[in-house]
Amino acid sequence: MSLLNVENLGVRIGHVAPVDGVSFAIEAGETFALLGESGSGKSMTALAIMRLLPPGGRIVAGAVSFDGKALGELPESQMRGLRGRGIAMIFQEPQTSLNPVMSIGEQIAEALPPGMPRDEQARAVRGLLEEVGIPEPAARMHSYPFELSGGQKQRVMIAQALAGQPRLLIADEPTTALDVTLQAQILQLIKRLARERGMGLLLITHDLGVARHMADRVGIMYAGQLVESLPAGRTGGLEQAFHPYTRKLMQAVPSLQRAGERLAAIPGRVPALDQAFAGCRFTERCPHAFAPCAGTAPEWTRLGEGHAVRCHLAAHPEIVRAGEAAQALRMAGAGSETVLAVRDLRVSFTQRTGQLFGKRRIHAVDGISFELNRGETLALVGESGCGKTTAAKAILGLTPASGGEVELDGKIVTGLSERRFKPYRRLAQIVFQDPYSSLNPRMRVGDILQEGMAALGVGGEAGRGQTIAALLEKVGLAPDALNRYPHEFSGGQRQLIAIARALAVRPKLLICDEPTSALDVSVQAQILNLLADLQREEGLALLFITHNLAAVGYLAQRVAVMKAGRIVETGAVHDILARPQHPYTQSLLASVL
Amino acid sequence: MIRYVLRRLLYAVPILIGVNLITFFLFFVVNTPDNMARIHLGVKHVTPAAIAQWKAEHGYDKPLFVNPEQSGLKAVTDTLFMDRSLKLFSFDFGKADDGRDIARDIRTRMWPSLAIALPVFVIGLMVNVTAALLVIFYRGTRLEYVGVTGFIALMSISSLFFIIAGQYVIARLWQWLPISGFGGGIDAIKFILLPVLVSVAAGLGSGARWYRTIFIEEIGKDYVRTARAKGLSELRVLFRHVLKNGMIPILTGAVVVLPLLFTGSLVTESFFGIPGLGSYTIDAIRAQDFAIVQSMVFLGSALYILGLLLTDLSYTLVDPRVKLS
Amino acid sequence: MSLQPVMLWTDALVWLLVLATAGFAWYIARTPVLRESWHNVLARPMGMSSAAVLGVFILVGLADSLHYRERLDNGQFGVEVKSALDAALSPLAARSERTYSAPLATHSQSKENLEQAGGGTVRAAPRLQFGGAHLQDPQRDWRGDVIARAAAGAALGLAVCILFTALLALALARFWRCGFFASLRRLRQPQEKDLAWRSLLVTAFLFLLMAGAMAGLASGYHVLGTDKVGQDVLYQSLKSVRTGLVIGTLTTLVTLPVAIGLGLLAGYFRGWVDDVIQYLYTTLNSIPWVLLVAAAVLIVQVFIEQNERSFSSVAERADARLLALCVIIGLTGWTGLARLLRAETLKLRELDYVTAARAFGVGGPRILLRHILPNVQHLILITVVMDFSGLVLAEAILSYVGVGVDPVMNSWGNMINAARLELAREPVVWWPLLAAFGFMFALVLAANLFADVVQDAFDPRSGVKHPADPRASSQGGKA
Repeated sequence: MSLLNVENLGVRIGHVAPVDGVSFAIEAGETFALLGESGSGKSMTALAIMRLLPPGGRIVAGAVSFDGKALGELPESQMRGLRGRGIAMIFQEPQTSLNPVMSIGEQIAEALPPGMPRDEQARAVRGLLEEVGIPEPAARMHSYPFELSGGQKQRVMIAQALAGQPRLLIADEPTTALDVTLQAQILQLIKRLARERGMGLLLITHDLGVARHMADRVGIMYAGQLVESLPAGRTGGLEQAFHPYTRKLMQAVPSLQRAGERLAAIPGRVPALDQAFAGCRFTERCPHAFAPCAGTAPEWTRLGEGHAVRCHLAAHPEIVRAGEAAQALRMAGAGSETVLAVRDLRVSFTQRTGQLFGKRRIHAVDGISFELNRGETLALVGESGCGKTTAAKAILGLTPASGGEVELDGKIVTGLSERRFKPYRRLAQIVFQDPYSSLNPRMRVGDILQEGMAALGVGGEAGRGQTIAALLEKVGLAPDALNRYPHEFSGGQRQLIAIARALAVRPKLLICDEPTSALDVSVQAQILNLLADLQREEGLALLFITHNLAAVGYLAQRVAVMKAGRIVETGAVHDILARPQHPYTQSLLASVL
Repeated sequence: MIRYVLRRLLYAVPILIGVNLITFFLFFVVNTPDNMARIHLGVKHVTPAAIAQWKAEHGYDKPLFVNPEQSGLKAVTDTLFMDRSLKLFSFDFGKADDGRDIARDIRTRMWPSLAIALPVFVIGLMVNVTAALLVIFYRGTRLEYVGVTGFIALMSISSLFFIIAGQYVIARLWQWLPISGFGGGIDAIKFILLPVLVSVAAGLGSGARWYRTIFIEEIGKDYVRTARAKGLSELRVLFRHVLKNGMIPILTGAVVVLPLLFTGSLVTESFFGIPGLGSYTIDAIRAQDFAIVQSMVFLGSALYILGLLLTDLSYTLVDPRVKLS
Repeated sequence: MSLQPVMLWTDALVWLLVLATAGFAWYIARTPVLRESWHNVLARPMGMSSAAVLGVFILVGLADSLHYRERLDNGQFGVEVKSALDAALSPLAARSERTYSAPLATHSQSKENLEQAGGGTVRAAPRLQFGGAHLQDPQRDWRGDVIARAAAGAALGLAVCILFTALLALALARFWRCGFFASLRRLRQPQEKDLAWRSLLVTAFLFLLMAGAMAGLASGYHVLGTDKVGQDVLYQSLKSVRTGLVIGTLTTLVTLPVAIGLGLLAGYFRGWVDDVIQYLYTTLNSIPWVLLVAAAVLIVQVFIEQNERSFSSVAERADARLLALCVIIGLTGWTGLARLLRAETLKLRELDYVTAARAFGVGGPRILLRHILPNVQHLILITVVMDFSGLVLAEAILSYVGVGVDPVMNSWGNMINAARLELAREPVVWWPLLAAFGFMFALVLAANLFADVVQDAFDPRSGVKHPADPRASSQGGKA
């Protein structure tokens, strides 16, 4: 008997069926990863197991049994007794998942078995904090969440989850909101604790690397269904994946080993889940789809020990594997014309303190210098808060620089008034991280794309229309997009629109500020491919800001590693990835899973 | 902390000057002291000499903002505006048109006001929070729908209706409590009860509805999900987690009116014949006694600014995240 | 008889508002996002019902905003300014009694010395001049007559309701491209994305039944009684509708430009602009609101008294005071919305699409107009509908304090103020109060329910969060 058994689980929220017919089992001491992109139903599956679905959500089919007990039939009071003590859960956002006005000690104590005397509680809390690696637990237990760093908060969440001695731990994207260097530590911690305590672990993740690193078995979810289930582990189990979606997904992730290869993008988008499906849900995006795919839903086919797949092509591996040979990525040759020169750029802010007229200066960018040539890509790598975005804004004159120079196409633009800066505005443009806030929801796409040209006086009325039509085609959007509003597009499509908007004024320099970190991997591949193509065709100088070293290897020729407002190491991609000098670069590199 | 308080008190000065400018503009620029004198003297006695004498008697004999007869700084300081403002700043309110000392009136009348306003504040807060929590507890059921619609219906009823209906039904038909009036000592309770009851009822709809939205917003937050995942009961989640967080905006939002409780409620006091500052103000408005109205405006503004300061300070008490220094 | 149209100041503004609303409706119709939101409002039964009730009130108010003077027999135009509503209600207005009479009464409230036919006097309540004057023996006939008139009126209302249903079905049949009966069926069993037509019909049915019965009774009685000087209370209540609506809407018209302008400027330009605007609204906010309004109204009153001669009629003077009241409340009431908009603008100006526009060198005014304003319009809308009911209620309070509308103007506040002391009479005179409170409650409740639905439909917080936007929920730790 398995520790957890999920049988044909179905969840509905209103008209939407985010989970439909999901089955899997987890043994004690085993780690099972549910891998899927956003909206695949993996988090809903976890919440359904806990019976903590959001308002309006309900389980409409299937059964979940834990330790032999059918959870669906338990009265709420007994289910409550199971939460925390039988099954515990940690969430994605440590920032918001802790009660801001309760001390962490109190919050952990709440999760302890009831009826414990006070001093014993305190001892237990200290022990737990120590176990998850919080220094000075006796003092820390009186701290409030805001006094802890993001990584520490997630450790507290873990301590809280352990407090009830659960036999199954559900971790929902436990490291997604954390910086990369913390990710490895937290995952390590979870894995160690699960092993020591013999807990089953259900890991929800969108990150192939995390799944490969952590799981004994992996289930791949697509559009509310499990499409493949196979053993993982370091022995390379995932490489045996069969389903076309899984394979595409693996090729879509930029990796250090495959730098210089074109990424596999998955065209189209995940189908809406408020409809009835007749066939395989991946049909429309599948390169190998044939007649039965659209008409009948595929059954599970066993491929090997613990490996099963839902695909009509299960008997024909040669078809699925065909055409996977890596396409070489043609990189642009860097020109000699310097488009951007940054010399000792500094940006500092004044922050008001609590004192009477008290102020404090914060140096967000603390003297950085680099040059960027035509057709060249420089990757600016660093973790959140290192000042990379501020640097980008200062280069574009959107944030005043407090020192140093920015030279755009041979002209020093720092310190220019808005009016005198305007002629140089079309030289440099920017693409932002968040595709949801980068497009005005109240403007039609056509107006969004025209705005820059109109403001900068690029091209005549008629010429603008042609330029936009050409741009849409280039980024791969249908011409009817012009009359639609941003909310009608997916995150990836919005990012395409944002790129088209920036390119509309034909800039020489394009700054991409984490352009793919809010996107799913399959979409990320599409964007990265597009950027590479654009650069080659237009000879753009690209300043690529990212925290992901794997993507750097794919796109950039040079890297500058930034930490606390300074560039700590810079050089050619191959050198830095192969022989990092600075300890910080080394730790960044080590954290790539 | 003390520095912070000092800085905030310094900010208050320009605001109070602004308040004075506005009231001055309203009272004396459109309706000049000459006009006032004419109205007070009546049609028959209007002579330039009489006007001048009335103005001198009531302290209106200086120019409003600029004194052309003086030079230098004195041109701006030797004016009605300066005189009045400086006096107000030292809480010297002067005399009403009928010659009574305003400051003394205020001192004696603020206690009855407080006797009504404070219980209304405390009981109202408790009743509203309880009602909001009840509706939250039964969310997703018919009871929630009925409750929320009930709140909206309650807030659609004019507060005058509550007063009039309360007076008519409780005091006149059932004769449980006196219709109006006020007494000292223990006696006061029977006079206070009805106005308090009526005011709490009148404030229930909008108060409970507002608090409900605050709690609903808290319930949607991630930490509530965490608390549930720990296996806490719904009641415990509601009281230990949601209430604690929701009370921060509620309490700090309520603190701003604390000092203003002294000034009482205009309508309630005048309906129930409470000799407080509210009815004092209404009488002054009806009698067009500008000296009293201006004093009350100044007092109200000063107390409001004090309330803002208390709001900031109260954050440091209830919210561990906020530290002022 | 010829008429001379009279355009009072508030009339002009009311019709301007109607025009603006029509323009806004046109804008909504061609903006899919807004159309969707409004569709959601009217698809909710509560939204449709409350909108229908509000619609009736608005129709009454608009009818009362078409003013004219009549040509008298001597060829001159009369001094008295009347409205289309007056014309429609002229029987009600004309049939005044001497003093109080209860609803549907046949006799006056107060006793008088009456001369008997056979000589001598007796102390009794006299028959009313109009209320039930057609009855031979009120004792015997009253009940039957009341029921008959109410039933006849209700039947008429029912007929109108059936006609309305048929017209609606006919109109929707064209829109839905189906037959008349199919349309009727669909009204009863709506499809998924239909508006809440059934609620509209139920509301119309209830309203028409009630209005019909009242109209039937009004043909022979004072349905809601008469007041101290014998005027029909129903007529007064209906005339007060316009006052309430004008205060609720024109005030907003004054508030909006100030609040929007200052709020956006403060939030977008920050720095000293923000300091000045914040100073302004803290100062204004710190003055107790009723006192501020009271002081301003007193001043206006003095001003109007001093310039008595520039008003050609009582109606014009009262109208000037009403307008002044709206302006005063508007100019003192912009701080809440301005603050809200400032905070929202502070947030929006940091959003990437604004940064992107700045990277194109788009100027401040254009950014405010194209990027900020369209994205705060839901806040403006929600505030406008939420404030409306508060303003209608405030009118009553201000009239009680003595700084409301002109005493000669019909308003619920004035009705309450005039009647509140009559509760002490024996027997109690309760109907003017109840009528005023009842009408006010109906309007305010409809407005509040409508506002609630509008808020649900437009507040992005109640919408679906973007799943791929993990940062959407993580902000907001800082208090």
